Amino acid sequence: MCGIAGIIHKNAGKDVNIGEQMTSMLQALKHRGPDSTGYAMYGDDNGNQVIRFKVAEAADLEGSFDIHAEIEGRIKLVNSRLKDLGAKVVKKDSATEYSHRYEIQFSGDMKKLADFVEDIEGVEILSIGNSLELIKDLGDATVVSEQYGLNDFNGTHGIGHTRMATESDVDIRSAHPYWAYPFSDVAVVHNGQLTNYWTNRRALELKGHRFSSNCDSELIAVYIADRMNQGQDLETAMKDSVEYLDGVFTYLVATKDQLGMAKDVMAAKPMVVYEGDDMIALASEEVAIRTLFDHHIDTFDPYHGEVKVWQN
Amino acid sequence: MAKLKQDKSHEMGLHQEQLKGKTQQRFFSVDESEKNLTYFHSFDVDTSKSATIDALDMTPREINREIRELMESGVGDITVDNPMSRHGVGVGILNRLNLTFSDSLGYFGCGLIDGPNVHIKGRVGWSCAENMMAGTVVIDGNAGSTFGAAIRGGDLVCRGSVGARTGIDQKGGTIIVGGKTGAFSGFMMQRGRMIICGDAGMNLGDSMYDGTIYVGGEVEDLGVDCVPGEMTELDVRYLSSKLEMYGIKTPNGVEKMNKYVSGKQLWNYDNLEPSEKKLVL
Repeated sequence: MCGIAGIIHKNAGKDVNIGEQMTSMLQALKHRGPDSTGYAMYGDDNGNQVIRFKVAEAADLEGSFDIHAEIEGRIKLVNSRLKDLGAKVVKKDSATEYSHRYEIQFSGDMKKLADFVEDIEGVEILSIGNSLELIKDLGDATVVSEQYGLNDFNGTHGIGHTRMATESDVDIRSAHPYWAYPFSDVAVVHNGQLTNYWTNRRALELKGHRFSSNCDSELIAVYIADRMNQGQDLETAMKDSVEYLDGVFTYLVATKDQLGMAKDVMAAKPMVVYEGDDMIALASEEVAIRTLFDHHIDTFDPYHGEVKVWQN
Repeated sequence: MAKLKQDKSHEMGLHQEQLKGKTQQRFFSVDESEKNLTYFHSFDVDTSKSATIDALDMTPREINREIRELMESGVGDITVDNPMSRHGVGVGILNRLNLTFSDSLGYFGCGLIDGPNVHIKGRVGWSCAENMMAGTVVIDGNAGSTFGAAIRGGDLVCRGSVGARTGIDQKGGTIIVGGKTGAFSGFMMQRGRMIICGDAGMNLGDSMYDGTIYVGGEVEDLGVDCVPGEMTELDVRYLSSKLEMYGIKTPNGVEKMNKYVSGKQLWNYDNLEPSEKKLVL
């Protein structure tokens, strides 16, 4: 099933507490997927690159006697490799032992940096961006929000996901959102099943793209990245994706200043949209959007094959 | 075929379809109502008795229980304030009742009902009024997908636009859409009428067995075995009277609406050889 939600503020600057708004919407969608919750939110760009990465799965902490030492070793390796590539780490945060956030100053090849860091066993980059903060972990929105301190997050827009695992494991690797490696600031959430996943995955891998999980949703992120790499704008890439992807899906994509939505040609997966003058909110169910309002709102369902993109 | 009882509904043209094959036609008979149409949890209510429920902090189960308890005490006119788009409210009502929701509902609103008149002053999510047997449900806003799935009777009216698979498996009654509908509307429709005042999405009436679909706007394309039908004066009279009841107008007038029916190439497989079935499909 899964639940997805997104919000974009058009004229409010970066002072809106979208962390609290996203948590409110995602918690209302908990019944669609209680396994994991993820956020991709866009805040201030202070000129640094933000890297979110994990060095282990949450479950690993209970599965190995040496895991704490291993984690320490992996972090040291990450630090050393960043240094080798000329990246200067200016700030470090870690909400959990396995999940880390670095602010770095780096002007080199981002793909090379990502590949070099991910070459370390157990390490996965969740996102890289100037304003993107991608957080995902096991549990519902309240749990993840509290764990990572997201209720104070101010920004312009964000997307999120509550996952009911159907195609792959219950772990952080298979949780959404997916970062569109190697593009900074691009993230995807998806509700549905893709039936041509393996065929298209193999084709994209032959072109040099990397997949970090076996979750079909990751295909969308990689496909969008591939198209943008070829110079397509977000809306065109999304319109092409409706033909390219086979199956039932509704997905959201966010970039530094845009939020897009696409629905399959059968309109088999739900999406409700509220379009106000200053804010657009989308969710799998209206009950999520209503948590943001104490009065009547007009909403609509996008149609089959429809793609919409909003700018902040 | 069962002999048709001529009554006012026949005079109005509501039973003009002459079904063939194994289908049995059975129409409501007042004489049989006492023994055949009594439900557990159906109540005698007085529509002059009113009550209001503030649902702001209530769960769907609490809202439904409160509605039932009010009906049990004879209240026949209930308003639910602040439904907050919750799922599965207003369901399983099996008696007369005037029920108003002052705002939007979520999924499966007003499903499995038989008799109430419901007014929703907002939108509804997926599968509104699923399996409705009788009564009316009128929605002021838009509606999600599978609107009126498998309804068997009554009038289901959306003044706005609706999503995909509207009236899927419809077995009777009337679905009226003031705006447009999404893909696969009327999919596997078996009886009843669907009136779409605006445009209809792709695969309209796909694999429909029977029933009638009227469209006031453009049709993206027709589904398998859905074919244009001939508009008659009876159709125009029926559409005029039905739309007038709910104050809904079509952009170009009912005379210019188009009618779609089943080609009936798919519906009776028993008359086809296996090789012929493949050809048809």
